[in-house]
Amino acid sequence: MEFQFQFDWQAAIDSIPFLLEGIPYTLLISFGGLIIGFALGIFFGLLSINKKWFLRWPATAYIEIFRGTPILVQVLFIFYGLPDLIGGPIDPLTAGIAAIALNSGAYISEVVRGGVQSIDKGQTEAGLSLGLSRTQTFWSIIWPQAFRRMIPPLGNQAIVSIKDTSLFSVIGVGELVRQGQIYIANTFTAFEVYFVVAILYLAITLSLSLILRYVERRGLASV
Amino acid sequence: MTDIVEMKGMNKYFGKLHVLKDIDLTVAKGEVVVIIGASGSGKSTLIRCVNGLEEFESGHLTVDGHPLAPKSGNPKSLAEIRKEVGMVFQQFNLFPHLTVKKNIMLAPQKVKSSSETVANATAERLLNRVGIGNQADKYPSQLSGGQQQRVAIARALAMEPRLMLFDEPTSALDPEMIGEVLDVMRELAKEGMTMMVVTHEMGFAREVADRVIYIHEGQIVEQGKPDEVFDNPQNERTQAFLSRVLAH
Repeated sequence: MEFQFQFDWQAAIDSIPFLLEGIPYTLLISFGGLIIGFALGIFFGLLSINKKWFLRWPATAYIEIFRGTPILVQVLFIFYGLPDLIGGPIDPLTAGIAAIALNSGAYISEVVRGGVQSIDKGQTEAGLSLGLSRTQTFWSIIWPQAFRRMIPPLGNQAIVSIKDTSLFSVIGVGELVRQGQIYIANTFTAFEVYFVVAILYLAITLSLSLILRYVERRGLASV
Repeated sequence: MTDIVEMKGMNKYFGKLHVLKDIDLTVAKGEVVVIIGASGSGKSTLIRCVNGLEEFESGHLTVDGHPLAPKSGNPKSLAEIRKEVGMVFQQFNLFPHLTVKKNIMLAPQKVKSSSETVANATAERLLNRVGIGNQADKYPSQLSGGQQQRVAIARALAMEPRLMLFDEPTSALDPEMIGEVLDVMRELAKEGMTMMVVTHEMGFAREVADRVIYIHEGQIVEQGKPDEVFDNPQNERTQAFLSRVLAH
């Protein structure tokens, strides 16, 4: 008997409306997590280059722990493990956002550290010699320059985090992959549905890439 | 005459390296002091101590009446000193993300809380003074090296400093641009600005300095009026240095 696989376009198209329902969750977890992750990244990234060891050390510990363990383990720990500790359930959406925030925060800390350290020491000296305080020098001279250099790696991290949310189907958040799994359970059209799921991820990440490229070009024009 | 800078028995180390050895030096108000010496002799370190960009390990340093303790032990004085002392760097160190005018406006607005209007007027006046009034809205990278260094001078002047430090201001410039920067410095000296200048421009030193100081391995070996130091150096190390730099 000859085996022939036929891609069922109708099945693919039919799945789209159901899959699209997952996109708001994918975006909410990604960008909600990334915004918090950016805040964590600034905080811990700056701590990690502080001269005082007792400020630097906790930052380094945070970065190493969340960079060195899989995000899947992190989200399972938050969703199944933490409730034992805090004595109450955590809803899957919160757990997902928390996992992206903590995980991306660790990577963004390194991006922030690298960006700030890449700025020439002469810039700080110029600021201080003009009478600006260390804080003023940092926020009006160093940070704006460092941030421009951070845009490409931040964009990279955003794309990684968006894709990481696909793992959260395991805790039952109705994001893109989860929607796909539910749909397939009824129709058995795995090939078509996962194909559409992949295309939808690509649509999100490609749009982000385009936006970032535009921002980058505008932001770097003057330096 | 009042002294703006007073150094007494100042010592500075980089690790084990003894870079400044028992420096005694006073600079009077309105005086132009040019510091010469070979690379690595400690001349840049010396002026960087004056505004606290370098700490020193022992001795006394007073700038415009504000005492600076060793190991930056006096943050209040340090803040005051930096408001009153301007500095021009070898590498210009302009802020690349700000326009020329904003480079100059930043410190008056942040440190002296000058209004936008006042800071803007100051910036325009100073840019005209250093001869680049028409470049105000450009970014530093769009200017030549000589123009950038003139902006850096204007930026320091915007804080109305009582003392200006110049750390090899023409060493990073193409030869044809050195003159335009020295001209601005010459004007500044004529107007009575107190200046400490580290430079390899011996012509400038001879013409503009009230006093020339020769530093060798962290020690002041010789000082005096330019004619005395250049034409009749007493110390043999000064003689050797001058014969090397003036030979070409």
